[in-house]
Amino acid sequence: MVLNEQDYRLIAEIQGGLPLTSHPYAEIGERIGLDEKTVIQRIDAMLESGIIKRLGIVVRHHELGYTANAMVVWDVPDERLNEVGEKLGALDCITLCYQRPRRLPDWPYNLFCMIHGQEREKVLAYIDRLVGSEGLADIPHKVLFSGRRFKQRGARYQ
Amino acid sequence: MATPAPIIKQAITQPRRENRTKDAIPLNDLEKRLLNEYQKGLPLSPTPYADIAQRLGTSEALVLKILDRLQQLGVISRVGPVFKPKQVGASTLAAMAVPEALLEAVADQISAYPEVNHNYEREDSYNLWFVVTAPNQQRLEQVLDEMERETGYDILYLPLEKQFHIDLGFPLWC
Repeated sequence: MVLNEQDYRLIAEIQGGLPLTSHPYAEIGERIGLDEKTVIQRIDAMLESGIIKRLGIVVRHHELGYTANAMVVWDVPDERLNEVGEKLGALDCITLCYQRPRRLPDWPYNLFCMIHGQEREKVLAYIDRLVGSEGLADIPHKVLFSGRRFKQRGARYQ
Repeated sequence: MATPAPIIKQAITQPRRENRTKDAIPLNDLEKRLLNEYQKGLPLSPTPYADIAQRLGTSEALVLKILDRLQQLGVISRVGPVFKPKQVGASTLAAMAVPEALLEAVADQISAYPEVNHNYEREDSYNLWFVVTAPNQQRLEQVLDEMERETGYDILYLPLEKQFHIDLGFPLWC
């Protein structure tokens, strides 16, 4: 899908959230001079093509008591990266799983997973279990719990 | 990193401190269902909230009231799209190793960039982690360079290379 100038205006208008009113798509359309049907069609096209991953309620884990947020980083041998990434990415409670570049010598880790839990001990126990169940004992990993949040909001591209 | 073009000073937004600690907000059954079932698949109909209400056996007014309240409380950040990284604009995860005593001050410098959407502490020698988003790769690198110069700390530049998970939102049973 190729985005046109109209789509970028639509993205700018919806990225901060849809209005909580009866006819949100019509309201968005009014702001940028599109009719409701076009707004819906273009959002649908962006969902179909994967530009929008999902459309719905964006939850903030922290406020729901999920305060134990662990980023688990793994130094996976290149030839096992896809296998391990797919295994971890499929687990229910892993919300993100990305390959990122190593930055040697400071940073040898190339796979990043995010786990949200209500208690630190439970998250650590979950990680221990998955290391066993997924056969990852020989892959070095490190757990980075999050601390203070200095800023959090949705991405703004425009 | 490449030498950037002359610095265009961005409008500096006030850094928002979000490290308040407070108890988890309790949810009733309807609120839980709403959050579990509609992190994706918001109806693309003229009246999405009325459609949700119908499926949950309640009224549009109550759905809107709940969403509005949860947004006010900060339990939900928005009802809207989550974009696939790298499809629109350029973004990256970045990290810095900052002496503990300077962490808040450096964090404030980083948060002040409008290109930063998440900025938080992690327990590691790399203790400041943030996400930088820009309209294009050139601007992204320019911002990272500017941050390194302003703070005096090197940035670990960790752009996404491959995504393995399927983003379905966050199940509340984890």
